[in-house]
Amino acid sequence: MFDNLDQAPGKLGYIDARGKPVRELPDEIDVAWLQASYRHMVRIRQLDKKAVALQRTGQMHTYPSCLGQEAIGTGIGLAMQDDDVLVPYYRDQATQTIRGVTMQQILQVWGGDERGNLFTGVAAKDFPNSVPIGTQMSHAAGIATAMKSRGIKQAVVANCGDGATSRGDVYEALNLVGVWQLPMVAVINNNQWAISVPRSLQTGTRTLAEKALAVGIEGLQVDGNDVVAVYQAVSQALARARSGKGGTLIEAVSYRLSDHTTADDATRYRDASEVSQAWEYDPVKRLQIFLHELGHWTPTQEQTLLAEVKQQVDAAVTAYLGEVPQAADDFMAYVFAEMTPTLLAQRDQLLAKLERDSVAQGGGSDDSR
Amino acid sequence: MTAGNSAQGSDTHEVTLVEAVNLALRRALTDDPEVVILGEDVGTNGGVFRATLGLREQFGYKRVIDTPLAEALIAGISVGMASQGMRPVAEIQFMGFINSAVEQMLCHAGRLRNRTRGRLSCPMVLRAPFGGGIHAPEHHSESTEAMFAHMPGLRVVIPSSPTRAYGLLLSAIRDPDPVVFLEPKRIYRLVRQQVVDDGQGLPLDTCFTLRQGKDLTMVSWGAMIHETLLAAKELARQGVEAEVIDVATISPLDMVTILRSVEKTGRCVVIQEAPRSFGVGSEISARIGEEALLYLRSPVQRVTGYDTPMPYPKNENLYMPSTADIIEAARATLENA
Repeated sequence: MFDNLDQAPGKLGYIDARGKPVRELPDEIDVAWLQASYRHMVRIRQLDKKAVALQRTGQMHTYPSCLGQEAIGTGIGLAMQDDDVLVPYYRDQATQTIRGVTMQQILQVWGGDERGNLFTGVAAKDFPNSVPIGTQMSHAAGIATAMKSRGIKQAVVANCGDGATSRGDVYEALNLVGVWQLPMVAVINNNQWAISVPRSLQTGTRTLAEKALAVGIEGLQVDGNDVVAVYQAVSQALARARSGKGGTLIEAVSYRLSDHTTADDATRYRDASEVSQAWEYDPVKRLQIFLHELGHWTPTQEQTLLAEVKQQVDAAVTAYLGEVPQAADDFMAYVFAEMTPTLLAQRDQLLAKLERDSVAQGGGSDDSR
Repeated sequence: MTAGNSAQGSDTHEVTLVEAVNLALRRALTDDPEVVILGEDVGTNGGVFRATLGLREQFGYKRVIDTPLAEALIAGISVGMASQGMRPVAEIQFMGFINSAVEQMLCHAGRLRNRTRGRLSCPMVLRAPFGGGIHAPEHHSESTEAMFAHMPGLRVVIPSSPTRAYGLLLSAIRDPDPVVFLEPKRIYRLVRQQVVDDGQGLPLDTCFTLRQGKDLTMVSWGAMIHETLLAAKELARQGVEAEVIDVATISPLDMVTILRSVEKTGRCVVIQEAPRSFGVGSEISARIGEEALLYLRSPVQRVTGYDTPMPYPKNENLYMPSTADIIEAARATLENA
């Protein structure tokens, strides 16, 4: 791997890969917080595992795993306030679920159903994940512009991967954050691989954090496998942003332990030895060890948690598999606020076609929708 | 721009098309605190065509915003602002530079409502001057409206007169969905019209019949409406009454008005400045073929630019359709009894 996963000077870290504290934890981090983070990371890992299994068994479509990214997502989610806005990329399942997106909705989106983006509550203004790489960063800058223009003392968190930093879109958005001093925190999930292209082939800069220099905002590197480090960096950046002091670029260094998506086979382009080495830095395991050594996590608690999480994930899967399908014409109904005459005519064609096919198969017309 | 007071307290102005754009923007900024203007040089400079002249002075730098020189960003932040309920009206300086904003319009602006099943929407306007005929440098004269018309979820609106620029732009800004508003810059200052600044919008998704006629239908939009009306006038002198339809909203397309006219006249000429193939004229012609073939007494004629890049200004006139071209095409439809 190109970027060392070890903690080092200049890279914020609190709990190292072996679960040892390397410095005093921030004041607001107590045992309850650490346990809650751990629980969430375990929950997301199990959800992720289940999502991959659903895809492998033909019950879901292409899915981007967040294996190894749990600390980044959890740290961001816990640092955000309710009225902040999240503009995620597609490995932010951990952040989204903290903001109230349900596990069922995550499955629904990757199961190919837009209704999974009907977020409510805290996430009601959050964006759905963006598939065209890096294009979401300017949406976030626009939301931050709206906040600043309306005098709202909140901030936006926008996430992208290391590959996205090669795109002009990301530079353009960060540049605006600098020039307009926007309340936006950009987190680069540097998991070192953009499908098959390693971070070393994306840019000549030593770090991704230093790209902040080019746009006049704060930039820092954190250990993306250390949930405390991610939380602390994002919390402080958000506080600065909310108080009108401008944006921050945070590079969270981690490793994509999974394939790019379920449609990818990473063994084609990276060594198994590299991946097994990266597992030594597992964000979930280190927090478990840390808590255990503090005397605040027991095998019994672990068993209880796993049983509880299994129940939650199973319930989400059952709900996901049992969803009532969308109406056949739903994909036409939300193109505009009101359907246009052309779309209404095309809807009639669609419904007639479904009726025809249903009759041909000997079904009743009620089944066609 | 000259102003006079009307009885209702709304001013009547004798304005050009670009001044009517300015008037509509001023009205929108006055009426709705969520409206903001953004783009390159729109602030202090008032826009390179002066469409935003004086707005910075009146509404301040927070509502009339000079952006960095980055078209993808201009469209992208408009998506973000609109998603939170603001009404950004963004300017792309020339349509030739709109292309890096296309990804945002296609992949996000036009899809946000659909992708979120109505949870988020994108009430933004992307304005751009378009078309040739002003001897501008390369990349300053394109007519790529068909590209946007092909993108689901976007409205594409093109005014052809000061009154329609005022009314259609106000409606575009108030529309709950994204609108690409293309301003025919060749006629930015061609004529002056009385525009009543009463805040009244004109309907979108509707053609405007500018001239009634029983002999043939001429369909166009934007700057070519000028040549089309001149052609209709000349044809009238020759005893041929042409109906002239300004499409105005090219997507979604109001085919009803066009079909009703073609059913009456049995002849149709579609006039566009854009390249000939795969254009809006092709779509109109195809739809007439599908839905009014039996009313046709002659094949639909298209008067268009060529399938070439717009030439450098010295040869621009070779590319542009002319009044004579339109008259010739009209005559061709009349030859088939």
